[in-house]
Amino acid sequence: MKPARFDYHSPTSVDEALALLQQHANDVRLLAGGQSLVPMMNFRLVAPGVVVDLNRIPELAYITDRGNVVHIGAMTRQRAAEFSPIIGEKVPLLREAIKLVGHLPTRSRGTIGGSIAHADPSAEIPMVFQALEGEAVARGPRGERTIKAEEFFRDALTTSLAPDEMLVEVRLPAMPPGAGFAVEEFARRHGDFAIAAIAAVVVRDGARCCKARLATAGISSCPVRLRAAEQVLEAEGLGESAVARAAEVAADAVEPLADHNASAEFRRHLTRVLTGRALLSAVARAA
Amino acid sequence: MAQLVDVHLKVNGKPYVGQCEPRKLLADFLREDLGLTGTHVGCEHGICGACTILFNGEAARSCIMLAVQASGAELVTIEGLAKNGKLHPLQQAFHENHGLQCGFCTPGMLMAALDFLRVNPSPSEEEVREGISSVLCRCTGYRDIVRSVMAAAAAMRSETTREPAK
Amino acid sequence: MTQEKTQARQPFVGRPLPRREDRRLLTGRGQYIADLVLPGMLHAVFVRSQVPHACIRAVDLSRAASAPGVVYVLSGLDLLKLLPPVSDTQLSLPRKWTATVQHQFHNPQQPLLAHDKVRHVGEAIAVIVAESRYAAEDAAELVEVDLEPLPPVVDAERALAADSPLLHDRFRTNLIGEFAIGKGNMEAALAAAPRRLKRRFYHHRYMASPMECRGVVGLHDARTDTITIWSSTQVVHWVRREAAMVLRLPEARIRCVALDVGGGFGIKGHVYPEDLLIPFVARAVGAPVRWIEDRHEHLMCSCHSRDQIHDVEVGFDDDGRILAFRDEFIFDCGAWNPIGAGIAYNTAVHLPGPYKLDTFSVRSRIASTNKVPNAPYRGAGRPEATFATERMMDLVAREVGRDPAEVRRLNMIKPEEMPYHVQLPYRDGEPIVYDSGNYLGGLEKALAALGGVEAFRERQRKARAEGRHLGLGIGTYVEGTGVGPFESATVRIDPSGKIYVASGACPQGQGMETIFAQMVADAWSVDPDDVIIALADTSAISTGFGTIASRSTVTVSAAIHHASEPLREKVFAVAANMLECAASDLELRQGSVGIVGVPGAAVSLAQVAQAARPGWDHSRPDGVDAGLESTYYFVPPTVTWAYATHAAIVDVDVALGRIKIEKYVIAHDCGVVVNPMLVEGQIIGGAAQGLGGALLEELTYDAEGQLLSASFMDYMLPTASDIPDFHLVHQHSPSPLNPLGVKGVGEGGAIAPPVVIANAVSDALSPYKVEFNATPIKPEQIVRAAGLVTAREP
Repeated sequence: MKPARFDYHSPTSVDEALALLQQHANDVRLLAGGQSLVPMMNFRLVAPGVVVDLNRIPELAYITDRGNVVHIGAMTRQRAAEFSPIIGEKVPLLREAIKLVGHLPTRSRGTIGGSIAHADPSAEIPMVFQALEGEAVARGPRGERTIKAEEFFRDALTTSLAPDEMLVEVRLPAMPPGAGFAVEEFARRHGDFAIAAIAAVVVRDGARCCKARLATAGISSCPVRLRAAEQVLEAEGLGESAVARAAEVAADAVEPLADHNASAEFRRHLTRVLTGRALLSAVARAA
Repeated sequence: MAQLVDVHLKVNGKPYVGQCEPRKLLADFLREDLGLTGTHVGCEHGICGACTILFNGEAARSCIMLAVQASGAELVTIEGLAKNGKLHPLQQAFHENHGLQCGFCTPGMLMAALDFLRVNPSPSEEEVREGISSVLCRCTGYRDIVRSVMAAAAAMRSETTREPAK
Repeated sequence: MTQEKTQARQPFVGRPLPRREDRRLLTGRGQYIADLVLPGMLHAVFVRSQVPHACIRAVDLSRAASAPGVVYVLSGLDLLKLLPPVSDTQLSLPRKWTATVQHQFHNPQQPLLAHDKVRHVGEAIAVIVAESRYAAEDAAELVEVDLEPLPPVVDAERALAADSPLLHDRFRTNLIGEFAIGKGNMEAALAAAPRRLKRRFYHHRYMASPMECRGVVGLHDARTDTITIWSSTQVVHWVRREAAMVLRLPEARIRCVALDVGGGFGIKGHVYPEDLLIPFVARAVGAPVRWIEDRHEHLMCSCHSRDQIHDVEVGFDDDGRILAFRDEFIFDCGAWNPIGAGIAYNTAVHLPGPYKLDTFSVRSRIASTNKVPNAPYRGAGRPEATFATERMMDLVAREVGRDPAEVRRLNMIKPEEMPYHVQLPYRDGEPIVYDSGNYLGGLEKALAALGGVEAFRERQRKARAEGRHLGLGIGTYVEGTGVGPFESATVRIDPSGKIYVASGACPQGQGMETIFAQMVADAWSVDPDDVIIALADTSAISTGFGTIASRSTVTVSAAIHHASEPLREKVFAVAANMLECAASDLELRQGSVGIVGVPGAAVSLAQVAQAARPGWDHSRPDGVDAGLESTYYFVPPTVTWAYATHAAIVDVDVALGRIKIEKYVIAHDCGVVVNPMLVEGQIIGGAAQGLGGALLEELTYDAEGQLLSASFMDYMLPTASDIPDFHLVHQHSPSPLNPLGVKGVGEGGAIAPPVVIANAVSDALSPYKVEFNATPIKPEQIVRAAGLVTAREP
């Protein structure tokens, strides 16, 4: 299974990449980590006439601690994020989720920005992006703009990025110190895409819940926030019955996919179970 | 006229220069253009791990990389593990613990294990199982691979402690 | 002169010797088919059908033929003008079988390229040869195929219905095979039985999927008009035989070689169209041609396996003793039937297992469907049989309110009843006799290794009270191994004194070079390093059978033994002449032949080889011909019976449908063990594949005949995280049917895991009164069985 022929460019700056994006409009693909794109090209499921390789743009790979927000260059390798002290300290939910993303060798190449821009419904990193209320920085011929996580994902493999825009940075607000967090995933094998996954972050104040954030992967065509469930916790606290009710509400709220991996009912059931388990873990870890 | 790209890279410490279509996969480039057939192709969609090599020191799947992406990089393949005819502790451990049968996944397994042990030099058996789950083996059922990696880890740890402090 | 004591040699057979194969494989110096590079080599790609069933109206290769780098194109229609369809490629059944077993078969002959119809997604329609694989794939996209779709049939029962679409119109049916065997009066026994139970069991379609796909390189040497075929195959002599017919050359002008083979497990154990077409094309183009199967192709054109529906009825008493066992099963053989009744008949005769069944009958129907053809995969029909029988044992136990272990004990053949005559013919035509073994012993060892049934039931009770679901599952089987018709071995004393052995066996990772060297080292009193092994090459030995069906250790060891006997006599005759003694005074020792009790009086094997040469200055006695070589074809009297009990404890998380295997034990018996390290590797490797089949691997077709699992995204192989550690317990009942006393062990591990899991999960979920009678066993099924998913989607 060999890819079809294409013209190859490896720009060394974002501006150069954007120019190529514009020039080749409908027949171009951006190559980031390649862990999703190249297999599709090998199958000839996609056959772009032009491939723009982003791997020689050093300005796109960085992890910067800006106090309340962590700025991650789009081409930052998942592996770098996994072992980054900044990530570990400021947004440990991301590190937790990254361990579920494929395997170490795929994380050597796969990128944070690539995963978010590709927007596979079963991917874990977009789920974290949602849960932490991140922002995407997009750059295009009209300049730069930020897109909130909740506005970023439109449908499976479809984002708000315009065809002539590229994702250059992902911003994640730092998690409050002492926040409890957990990721619960259901997959057939370790490292597989999620059939269903829940990311949970809770901030407690005694028995009260100041803040709860819940996001999904694999359950619907996009990663979604489970706002109704969050509200249950913020209203009722973090006790067992509140958690159980939040899990029920979460299960009611989702629009689950049906495919050969799982029926819609099963995904709905998984939503309930995984939300419950993620919350119990997160609460136990919350200071 | 098909576009051709230049590829300058180092493999196992030796510099190579090649030219190929940009669509040529790194695994094919290593095997065909450089004659290094030790790296095997099992699936060509980045799942089986047989094609795993070290790319600038990190394990990566060469079947889903383009050869041109390796230009300027340093690679280590299975051919570079043994030094001067002496087997690497991983190779030695696989031999002593029957960590291979048909040998097809073995190069990828060894490179993945090498990277894994650099990141986690003192793993538990569970951690080894998880660490090598990036490479599929159809012959061994994994038990003897896990034993091999555990044995190699121990051997490599004792080699390191024997080295004089820098 | 010092008196040297002859040191007693420790045998090499029985030792866990590390393998000689390892050195090259560990350093990237193995040579697999895809590593073979020949000057001027061209690359072939097949154009494969994307629809399951259609008439081929036309194939237009013109655009492909003029694509860059393309050298040669061929369609099935073109090929028809050049070659008649290939004759019978099936494993033939001996007359002894065909005379005794009631049967009826049609033989659909698969063409090398489809010409009239395509009959499954993935079937080859045309071949393109170009300067690179990349160019060939580009050209393949330019081939235009005019197909008139026909309705597909992807369900075996549907295929047997009168109004089903037909795959092979000339048969006017999709029932392409049928047979029945039995003993006793079934109707009477069932009617008289105090209790009866009827169930359907389904063991689904999955496949071997070795890490190395298939591959063929063909080369025609114009100077000698000979053809060399390199193939990633388990059966080089069979390939050569078929190629001789297709290429219209004598076998002596064809060489078939398997280089290092990256796993076979049966899928590479017969002749495929590509094995014959590639050398044909190579001769046509006058250059070496190479075809390497890619994984996507592999999943849709290398043979699938299993896929059987069993309708079983048993009659039994209140203690759980089985009085009558009747099975009617359907075998979905897909679009073609390369192995004929081989798998289905294996299933039939392995149904009785290690149990006493006075009244037994089985009828099998083989149905053709629009799927990839079905061929043997590790176990080859035995997993399906074991699934039906061992599930039934658990169900009977539940009916009579006894422990499944207890019911097995009751029905098992006792050690004192061995050898046990089953009164059914094996596929070699011989009456089945379980020659040796202690089935009850194996069962007890396995259960003891799990901590005992009593202790487990106590834990299970406590766990249930806490809302946890533990289960225990048992799977017991017997396995006919070392089947004929024959295997070959040539033993030759090399002028260096080393021992050269060639055989028709074809390794794919089993470590044959090592274990045969161990055997020869013992037989000839040399070091394993002084043994040269030549396998998988028709030039090394003119006649051979190949490696399938767990047969090579048994048959090759016997062939080596029998080839060595006359050779040893000859060696002694020559040595006796050199040492001026009687041959009866001599013994083999450490690479020489010496006088017993006289340490210094010896000649080396090298000296003997020199002495035995033809021509002048030899030292042969009168009447002894020149040369030190002997060839033997071992014909096993029949199969020899290995067996095992697998047992596992599982912890089922019903909320997520996750099965955690707490402990998995295997008590196995393969007779005398040549290399314990390698034997364990075979068992564990097989068991991991069995678990993959039980839980993860699934080949699914939709109603339109599309293969949904055509990549490793969907066809999920188990990773190291999915496979538990295994606890092995050994028994050794030497086989009386071959000189070494060995039994086959290559397949056994894969036979029991699916039913062990089904039994364990059924046991864990028994409060929900659910039965798991089909595979694979998936999380959603478990969650639904526990009543945790309610259907309320609109």
